[in-house]
Amino acid sequence: MRLAKYTGLRLVTLAVTVTVGVYLTILIANMGGYVDTIMRNEVRDNITQSIASNPAYRNLAPDVRAKLIQEKIAAEVDRLGLNQPFAVRSFRYLTNALTLNLGRAINMTSNDGSKEVRLILLERLPATLLLTGTSELFLFFASLFIALSLSRKYGSWMDKLTIALSPTSSAPPWFYGIFFILIFAAIFRILPFGGLVDSPPPTNPVAYGLNVLKHLILPAFSVIISSIFLSIYNWRTFFLIYSSEDYVEMAKAKGLLPRDIERRYILRPTLPNIITNFALLVIQLWTGFIVTETVFLWPGLGITLYRAIGFYDTPVIVGSTIIYAYLLAITTFMLDFVYALVDPRVKVGSGSSQ
Amino acid sequence: MNTLKNSIRNLLRYPSAIFGSLIILFMLGVAVYALVTIPYSEAVRLWRGGEDVWYKNPKYAAPAWFNFFTSKKQPVSFAVDTADGSMPKTVTPNDPNISTVDMTYSFDYQYDGFPQEMILYFNPTIIKKLPFVSVAWITPDGRKIRIADMAVDYKATFRFSQDPKLQARLHSENVMQALFADPQAKNPTPLKGKYQLVISGTTFEAGSDINAQFVFQGDLFGLAGTDLYRRDLLLPLLYGTPIALAFGILGALGTSLLTMVIAAIGTWYGGWVDELIQRITAVNLVLPFLAILIMVGTFYSRSIWLMLGVTIVLSIFSGSILTYRSIFLQSKESSYIEAARAYGASGSRIIFSYLIPRMIPLLIPALVSAVPTYVFLEATLAVLGLGDPVLPTWGKVIDDAFTDGALYQGRYYWVLEPAILLMITGLGFALLGFALDRIFNPRLRDA
Repeated sequence: MRLAKYTGLRLVTLAVTVTVGVYLTILIANMGGYVDTIMRNEVRDNITQSIASNPAYRNLAPDVRAKLIQEKIAAEVDRLGLNQPFAVRSFRYLTNALTLNLGRAINMTSNDGSKEVRLILLERLPATLLLTGTSELFLFFASLFIALSLSRKYGSWMDKLTIALSPTSSAPPWFYGIFFILIFAAIFRILPFGGLVDSPPPTNPVAYGLNVLKHLILPAFSVIISSIFLSIYNWRTFFLIYSSEDYVEMAKAKGLLPRDIERRYILRPTLPNIITNFALLVIQLWTGFIVTETVFLWPGLGITLYRAIGFYDTPVIVGSTIIYAYLLAITTFMLDFVYALVDPRVKVGSGSSQ
Repeated sequence: MNTLKNSIRNLLRYPSAIFGSLIILFMLGVAVYALVTIPYSEAVRLWRGGEDVWYKNPKYAAPAWFNFFTSKKQPVSFAVDTADGSMPKTVTPNDPNISTVDMTYSFDYQYDGFPQEMILYFNPTIIKKLPFVSVAWITPDGRKIRIADMAVDYKATFRFSQDPKLQARLHSENVMQALFADPQAKNPTPLKGKYQLVISGTTFEAGSDINAQFVFQGDLFGLAGTDLYRRDLLLPLLYGTPIALAFGILGALGTSLLTMVIAAIGTWYGGWVDELIQRITAVNLVLPFLAILIMVGTFYSRSIWLMLGVTIVLSIFSGSILTYRSIFLQSKESSYIEAARAYGASGSRIIFSYLIPRMIPLLIPALVSAVPTYVFLEATLAVLGLGDPVLPTWGKVIDDAFTDGALYQGRYYWVLEPAILLMITGLGFALLGFALDRIFNPRLRDA
């Protein structure tokens, strides 16, 4: 019950936060009138198309038709409130953005030829989620496992090596990516340079899956390498703090098995801290994925954004910013939920604020 | 003063700190050198320059020191000019009006490959009559090959590979191979030894003169190599240093200081100010930082300094504001703050003279460790195609190399040179920051 209440409360807070965030995005985008242009272009495209395809107007003289189009556009612009003051308009844009009504792209199209920004972006989402999901899950469990085993061997050379390597996390994933491409793709030629599957893709679904997996290795590992040492270092420190607590000494004195002590007395109370730390890392990683996808030609959201920069396709740029805001919010929410599951304080209710 | 001395003494106990400081000092030295030797406007002009600036250089040339590491030596590019005396020139007046101008350049060719191209640029002084030159090529085994006989107009250019007459004379499309190959060998292998380029010119009026420039475009060039536009990569590698350092240090300084001041203000005044700051932080966490930066870069300006400003603004309300806040909350209750309050110190005095100075031990390591993040951010932006349009930076080099498919084509030097500089800079600051953290916050040493 408390869990539900906590989750509900977080959801409401996040919804408000996302709304404000998206509104800010719109404000930034429209400082140069770009959202207005997106809207006007969409109106013009729609009306020109509907008039061109309407048989009733086919026999009109070109100038009459042009005049008709102008009138209709003016009427539609008026109806959509594009002539209203910006303060009013901005809220209309906000509703559009929140309902993922992102307008039409200028140059880019989705795989089946649609110019809807929403479709262009949503069809890229699975690839992005595959990459982010795989690398983040691997990162989490690998760091957790290694940090726990290092905290057991405090001061060993392995421990010192990890500490020494922790500054490597200041380089972004794409930076490791170029070295990985250089070593494994260019020199040894054992892994592909980039992309999602070979071209042509294998027809057999199992072979297809394996092929995708082969393409996933390098981008996923560049993300993992770029963050793992710092995570291990941080989490190992958490473990060390908690393993010097009195109740751990007590448990040892009672003669409990080291494995039980580790699981129940060290891992358990440390988890909320680790989740918080991981949440910040994951939020920061979203930025890293944009460039990693670009470097590895991974057909996800990031590379779409990169191409949109090249095409100067403003609706796609604004649209991806909004989608990323949503993704960040969903990530935060999911990690909050996990936090609530592992933090006993949420369930018993002493201070439900994180 | 004493504490500073102590800190430095402490610092010297950490090899990583010494190593890190040395790297940073070296980078600072390079930065100063770059700024002093290449003025800003000159750097921009060279970087944006096309063939007119870089015509002497070969395309896609790897650095000259590659030859130290390979058994097959590749020809290194060079350019000589009679105007600056690097190619000897003798003028013999025969007649009041006619004089002969002899220009000879001999060079030792000990390479296992053929050059890309050789070009002669003539720059004669003409009053009315065009001077005349004949060019000959003498190989190490003593063969003399006639290259060209021509009247040289103002700014005449002779490209060896592209001259149809020379191709016909050599019975070969590939002029470079024909000029350098060993006639005895079955496969085309270059004949090593001393080659001589002999240019004999004649001028037909008093006051007329000929100057020539001989450009030899090999496969290797200079200390850093060249890119697809023939630009010497040494320019962006050198000039990228002050830019990277400025971006990194200003970014880290701006973000850390502002974050700290805002955290201090929030904790001190509490109430709605604190609440507002926390709400902004929450919103900022869901704002996609890079996507917004991309939006600003695409819509407004790609100037690196605007990007830096936006970065700082977006990074102020980050996760670290929460960390600072919890520490300020503790020190707010300490007795020296209470004493200050008792004698009636103002809010701003307490914040800036009492609260923040106590945080400096925490701030300095965090600041130094944050520098690499911003150094890499510049490169990240450039790789996304949002690099500064006029400035030569490390990130721009990586971006150019990537767009041109340098890794697919095996031109590793092009990516590796800027990448290694980025890495070294990052490493220097990371090592120093790490050591500083252990000195200023000894509690963390055990944990």
